Amino acid sequence: MNKILTRNQLSENVVKLTIEAPVIAKKRKAGQFIILRTHKKRSERIPLTIADADALKGTITLVFQVVGKSTAELAAFQVGDSINDLVGPLGKATHIENFGNVVCIGGGIGIAPMHPIAQALKGAGNNVTSILGARTKGLLVMEEEVNKASDKVIIVTDDGSYGEQGFVTNALEKIINDGQKVDVVVAIGPAIMMKMVCKVTEPHKIKTVVSLNTIMVDGTGMCGCCRVSVDGTTQFVCVDGPEFDGHKVDFDGMMKRQSTYVDLEKQSYDIYKSHGCGNRCTCK
Amino acid sequence: MTLTPAERMKIPRKNMKEQPPEIRVKNFKEVPYGYTEDEAVEEATRCIGCKVPQCVSGCPVEIDIPKFIQQIADRDFDAAIETVKKTNLLPAVCGRVCPQETQCEIKCILGKKHTPVAIGNLERFIADYERKKKEIAIPKIKAKTGHKVAVVGAGPAGLTVAGDLTKMGHSVTVFEALHRLGGVLMYGIPEFRLPKEILESEATFLEKLGVEFKVNSVIGMQYSLDELFEEGYETIFLGTGAGLPYFMNIPGENLNGVYSANEYLTRSNLMGAYDFPNNDTPIASSKNVAVVGGGNVAMDSARTAKRLGAENVYIVYRRSEEEMPARKAEIHHAKEEGIQFNILMNPTRLIGDDSSWVTKMECLKMELGEPDNSGRRRPVPIKGSEFQIDVDCAVIAIGNGPNPLVPHNTPDLETNKWGNITADSETQKTSKEGVFAGGDIVLGAATVILAMGEGRRAARAMDEYLKTKKW
Ligand SMILES: Cc1cc2nc3c(=O)[nH]c(=O)nc-3n(C[C@H](O)[C@H](O)[C@H](O)COP(=O)(O)OP(=O)(O)OC[C@H]3O[C@@H](n4cnc5c(N)ncnc54)[C@H](O)[C@@H]3O)c2cc1C
Ligand SMILES: Cc1cc2nc3c(=O)[nH]c(=O)nc-3n(C[C@H](O)[C@H](O)[C@H](O)COP(=O)(O)OP(=O)(O)OC[C@H]3O[C@@H](n4cnc5c(N)ncnc54)[C@H](O)[C@@H]3O)c2cc1C
Ligand code: SF4
Ligand code: SF4
Ligand code: FES
Repeated sequence: MNKILTRNQLSENVVKLTIEAPVIAKKRKAGQFIILRTHKKRSERIPLTIADADALKGTITLVFQVVGKSTAELAAFQVGDSINDLVGPLGKATHIENFGNVVCIGGGIGIAPMHPIAQALKGAGNNVTSILGARTKGLLVMEEEVNKASDKVIIVTDDGSYGEQGFVTNALEKIINDGQKVDVVVAIGPAIMMKMVCKVTEPHKIKTVVSLNTIMVDGTGMCGCCRVSVDGTTQFVCVDGPEFDGHKVDFDGMMKRQSTYVDLEKQSYDIYKSHGCGNRCTCK
Repeated sequence: MTLTPAERMKIPRKNMKEQPPEIRVKNFKEVPYGYTEDEAVEEATRCIGCKVPQCVSGCPVEIDIPKFIQQIADRDFDAAIETVKKTNLLPAVCGRVCPQETQCEIKCILGKKHTPVAIGNLERFIADYERKKKEIAIPKIKAKTGHKVAVVGAGPAGLTVAGDLTKMGHSVTVFEALHRLGGVLMYGIPEFRLPKEILESEATFLEKLGVEFKVNSVIGMQYSLDELFEEGYETIFLGTGAGLPYFMNIPGENLNGVYSANEYLTRSNLMGAYDFPNNDTPIASSKNVAVVGGGNVAMDSARTAKRLGAENVYIVYRRSEEEMPARKAEIHHAKEEGIQFNILMNPTRLIGDDSSWVTKMECLKMELGEPDNSGRRRPVPIKGSEFQIDVDCAVIAIGNGPNPLVPHNTPDLETNKWGNITADSETQKTSKEGVFAGGDIVLGAATVILAMGEGRRAARAMDEYLKTKKW
């Protein structure tokens, strides 16, 4: 059982939790994730990136967006509650070295997994420019944390309510067109955003690392549910990834697989919402 | 009344009563009901108690078969279970899933002229008898030795090592990656063949013995093997299994609705997707399901698909039925349940619709040619024989490779060209001092009883190592 120590609502749909998990806190590296189940009997296993960790206090931080039943249940947890199962760290850690100039791009909830990578890259001596994108100002999260982990931060919103108006790709193109040297790009966000970022960097031959969020079950390489085609070969995101060379990823195939259970998941979420136990559903 | 051997042999083999096929395809409950006491005694009476019992030589853990069967015949059930448990820690499991027809029963002398004694059914009966009594005897444990042992993986191999070493007085901690114990017995083999309640009772038994379980612990990620040594564990057993699903590498394999058998079965068994939305994990509900393969894994997937509501379920297998590696009983059950066998066929590609959901499987007809290395006749494709079947779900059950997590994160651990950990066949010692391995991670996808046999050997050698510290 892993106890929740703090809970912050970052935006309408985004919640940040710090959780007791001493072994994971000590061991985890940037780019890795955990899998959790909220309740004992019927819960599914959902993957979430370790957004931050404190090895001394023995805590990890999760930042997640409520998109369906499991994330809604997790959001309903309060300080002092415990998560039933938590396993990690999983996945390969980000390859960190001093590349020179790196641009870290986080779109929407992707800012949370992008943050520890920016932190590690800066720690390794890189000059880090971060581009944060959100649909609107109220949905932008973790600006302060990213500020600390970057030399420069550019903010873009779809509706122009904060920072520049536009998409993260516009900001990236501007940097490249201005003739600034970019050695590596790290992009984490919705699949479509990562695909578009790769389209921008490919002609310039800028190495682009993406972190994939396929559907998962076990997270240990046992089921193949998370498979994705990379450079024409099948890779398992949970053990071979989650990070890959973005120029080699079949994003279209991945997006289609992500939609496998849309209808069933909606059904599950609708039932959950209709239970009327407020936001504290403990119906087992 | 004592019967002569000739009279005993004439008693017909007692089959277990079963749920009728049309009922059982609508539920996940176990198919056979098991013997009543009288039925068991009657079946036990058939055994002629051979002086040199061939059946024992067919059993990888050499259960004293004539002895326990005689004890059943004498209605001394408590003694019978004790006999079985001397060499087999999980009789309720083995009685149900061992391929008896190629192990103990094929050797039974009665099989020469009649049908062999139903050794597996009797083993299952006696284990169930004990479990139903609800007072499973806790064996004597030797005085604590103070030695600490780590076991990685809670499948049959790991559980055997844990049980044996605990009985010898060592302190054992089992690290399991998933949130439940049992390995394939939990996530792979379905409830209708192996009720999960049995695993729960086995785990409770081991806990009572004093085994410590740490679920949600992926070794290689959470701790490396060297870190386990630093934590004070003096020796480590790796029983991480053959959990890596193979795909066919044909076009369309990443379409929606295409599953590895591991994923399909894990969703249904471990995560309870058959009871969605009461359980949160979804699984495709399909009309036409094709399962590729001919082993137990394929049969389990096909029969699960049927129970999930599919109208047509096909087994697509490239050899003939004779070559199918599945247990005969499961092939028989599958046929009774209306699973359609498409033999001598090999899939060449999967075709999807606009939303990327699988709609057709294209296959090629095969014929049998010359025997290959395994002695089975090699299937050869018939040119131009392609045809398509309508499917909205495909399950690939063509085999599993060794789980690579631990070897990848342990450079000084030797593996063979298929990625199996190399271990000494006598002692299960690996190339890394203090580390032993056994079960599917060494053998490749094998059987429950062989995994347990390796566990037993490893436990003996680990005990020796703890005492002498000689490698
Ligand atoms: C390695 C990894 C790291 C992740 N890290 C984070 C994180 O730090 N913060 C965060 O908010 N989310 C993260 N995700 C995504 C997160 O796992 C899903 O949002 C979550 O599983 C949804 O569960 P649910 O039951 O609430 O919603 P569901 O009911 O399962 O899904 C609701 C909707 O989200 C879509 N969806 C489901 N699973 C995923 C997925 N894995 N990726 C994208 N869309 C999905 C569904 O198609 C559906 O439309 C990560 C995913 C992976 C694989
Ligand atoms: C669907 C199916 C049906 C089968 N039917 C039969 C049958 O009828 N009869 C029969 O005899 N055999 C059958 N088998 C084969 C049999 O189940 C296996 O041979 C046996 O389970 C192997 O046991 P094991 O202990 O070596 O490994 P497993 O049972 O595979 O257990 C390994 C365990 O290790 C865990 N693990 C893996 N990596 C790590 C790690 N890094 N850290 C911690 N834990 C880890 C896994 O999660 C798993 O729980 C079947 C197999 C399948 C898949
Ligand atoms: S353990 Fe398996 S092989 Fe041995 S007697 Fe029992 S059923 Fe037969
Ligand atoms: S070979 Fe058959 S008849 Fe002989 S002891 Fe074994 S089970 Fe009994
Ligand atoms: S989630 Fe099962 S193999 Fe990756």
